[in-house]
Amino acid sequence: MNGVHDMGGMDGFGKVEPEPNEPVFHAEWESRVLAMVRAMGAAGAYNIDMSRFYREILPPDVYLASSYYKKWLLGLEDLLIDQGLVDAEEITMGHALEPARALKRGKFTLDDVERIMVRGKFERPAQAPAKFKIGDRARARNIHPATHTRLPRYVRGRVGVVERVHGCHVFPDSAAQEAGENPQWLYTIVFEGTELWGADSDPTVKVSIDAFEPYLEFS
Amino acid sequence: MTAPDHHQDHDHSELTETELRVRALETVLTEKGYVDPAALDAIVQAYETRIGPHNGARVVAKAWVDPAFKRALLEDGTKAIATLGHVSRVGDHLVVVENTPQRHNMVVCTLCSCYPWELLGLPPVWYKAAPYRSRAVKDPRGVLADFGVSVSKDTEIRVWDSTAETRFLVLPMRPAGTEGFGEEQLAELVTRDSMIGTGFPKTPDALS
Repeated sequence: MNGVHDMGGMDGFGKVEPEPNEPVFHAEWESRVLAMVRAMGAAGAYNIDMSRFYREILPPDVYLASSYYKKWLLGLEDLLIDQGLVDAEEITMGHALEPARALKRGKFTLDDVERIMVRGKFERPAQAPAKFKIGDRARARNIHPATHTRLPRYVRGRVGVVERVHGCHVFPDSAAQEAGENPQWLYTIVFEGTELWGADSDPTVKVSIDAFEPYLEFS
Repeated sequence: MTAPDHHQDHDHSELTETELRVRALETVLTEKGYVDPAALDAIVQAYETRIGPHNGARVVAKAWVDPAFKRALLEDGTKAIATLGHVSRVGDHLVVVENTPQRHNMVVCTLCSCYPWELLGLPPVWYKAAPYRSRAVKDPRGVLADFGVSVSKDTEIRVWDSTAETRFLVLPMRPAGTEGFGEEQLAELVTRDSMIGTGFPKTPDALS
């Protein structure tokens, strides 16, 4: 979706402000939100693409005004409610009122913690040969799905070069809709800065994205 | 799909409001038997104590002293790091990109906050915030200037936007004056930002 989360190339957000000796969390609640999001995902309540999509569909004013973990909290609440795992009234009351629903992988316990400290595998066996090879010119398609996609707006319609082929991976556009993994070939596509930002932009800049095959066409 | 209240303004502080809400949600999840709070504690503890930039720093230091390891790392980051028993395990598709005098690499996630957690820990606030995500791809030299970093005008700036489940780690250039340094000493020079590409490693005089 063309949401405010798709920020590449936008102006007006000001300077980057690094914080010296930044703590891992700025408040205890942030750490609880992080842990709940990880735990409920690992228990099978949702996949990573669904959780991203639920942050993207927060109203733009809420998205922009909320801190990072606040967005995580809001997305998590909505997701758990939509999955029927939690009721809005339960959150208001702060207590369980309805019986629990079964989780795909069961309750998240101490035994599950180590498993989630290593990223899951997203590569899948190829269903078909790759259409592109290293060195091919590829255009990012001018598509505007209203649902979750990982093709940022700033490359759409632009031509780049295939630099790496990463194998076949879970397709976020499908997974976010709970429409299956639908694995697709994944490529690193590198663009000249001037192709993205115009002839008068910095000629020493190159930008790459990792693009799934359905995002690309031959140029 | 709307949870109570959350799209309204409130008079009292966001922190208090949010703290209560987080507590409420955790209580509900616990009472329903979805999560064991001790398991949540363990996740938090891992990110507060075990998993941080020191993991990445050891990988970089090793690459600086061991050319065979460096080749393997650039070829397949996940596989190469798996050979280092003492560093935390790393998931699939870690891509390590090397800084050279000809090319400076920088990593961003314009769409959200993708970041190599296992090697760098949780991302800093600036990495996840709008100024960095919006400008890193359009004006990377301007962003570097915000960090007080300047890269030669002749050097290519390569920005890696983490739009899939690949993760990127920058292998910075080894600082001059570190001949004869061991891996542990070198690891102390490797900063988090140098592995994101928004900084350089410390110089040896910073150690004393």
